[in-house]
Amino acid sequence: MSVETLFALCACALVGIGLYGLIVQPHPLRKLVAFNIMGTGVFVLFGALAKRGAAAGMAADPVPQALLITAIVVAFAATAVTVALLLRLIEATDSASLANDPLSGD
Amino acid sequence: MTALVALVVALLLLWLALWTVVARDAFVAVAGFVVYGLLLSLVWVRLAGIDVALTEVAIGGGLTGALLLSAVGRLRSTEVAAWSERSGAGTRAFAVLLSVGVTLVLVLCVLALPDPAPTLVPQVVQNLPATGVGNPITGVLLAFRSLDTLLEAIVLVIALIGVWSLAPDRFWGGRPGPRYSSDPDGNLAYLARVLPPIGIVIGLYLFWAGADYPGGKFQSATILAAMWMLVQMAGLADAPRIDNRWVRVGIVVGPLVFVAVGLLGLWTAGAFLGYPEAFAKPLILTIEVALLPTLVLVLALLMNGPPSRGGAK
Repeated sequence: MSVETLFALCACALVGIGLYGLIVQPHPLRKLVAFNIMGTGVFVLFGALAKRGAAAGMAADPVPQALLITAIVVAFAATAVTVALLLRLIEATDSASLANDPLSGD
Repeated sequence: MTALVALVVALLLLWLALWTVVARDAFVAVAGFVVYGLLLSLVWVRLAGIDVALTEVAIGGGLTGALLLSAVGRLRSTEVAAWSERSGAGTRAFAVLLSVGVTLVLVLCVLALPDPAPTLVPQVVQNLPATGVGNPITGVLLAFRSLDTLLEAIVLVIALIGVWSLAPDRFWGGRPGPRYSSDPDGNLAYLARVLPPIGIVIGLYLFWAGADYPGGKFQSATILAAMWMLVQMAGLADAPRIDNRWVRVGIVVGPLVFVAVGLLGLWTAGAFLGYPEAFAKPLILTIEVALLPTLVLVLALLMNGPPSRGGAK
């Protein structure tokens, strides 16, 4: 099995693991970490496809690789917004619970 | 031998991901995620993506890890309550089934990939000389797919506006985060005096070398932002007020110059973001130089969070 196929299969499992964490972990921060793992799974899969596109002396296709750099930066920005939202939620309600609508009492 | 190393890395990656997802303690999970990010950069090296590996280490592992770690510290009190809400056996069984199902579908897709794989390498090789840059990734980011990079810069600014918008009214215009202080003769303060000059040189080198070698503005901006965070955390400098005019100019200068160059292309090359061939390299450099302060400011201020003290003057 080639290295890119190995990592592509590994990426499929990473998406599954992240999805599991996203569903079962009750704490929003843990859901965020799980979602990031799911995201990296998608990135690795995309990177394996880039490696498959190697041709004409280039070790990998630079187009998907450049999009990956964009994706990693945007994922960080989205994570930062989510963390800020989460900290604000706790500041406002003293709880990180997503179980019911803690703001409904106001 | 290299195949064996790849297999070990893949298994370690899966084990760490599982560990991070099921660990009971949030701090352990986030620490696992940071290590996971570092290991992931090895995967990128193995997949011939040095530029991606640099970005992953700096942003995926480094900045995201630091952001999550600081969040864990402030969320300690909510962890126990959340644990009591954990999913029942039924939900967990359903989650396992769903996850395994999604993984299997993806595996089938991977095994059914066409051979030979579609590739854009020939087009890149053919058109790269016209851009004047030697690093194909930089060529893609700033010439072939520059619209993506423009939108990305705008997304970053919007994300920062989103984070700032979460500030309570009384703190609007103030400074983000706590005012850090540390022993002025301690290790942290020493590190914060010694490291930044080296970090700034490395950051600017990565920025300049990015035209022809792995590196570029994102990796460079992350290192520069990290140096700034270090100086802040050692208490040697404070985070800027978010109503500071220069901070705001620095944040929008990148996207504005990018759009201006794009509009110029409409007139000189007949397409938005088109470059006349003789001026491709100088125009790309102009965009990169303008984007650098935007990226450094936005990345650092995203780490800082919404303003939390010293509101309107």
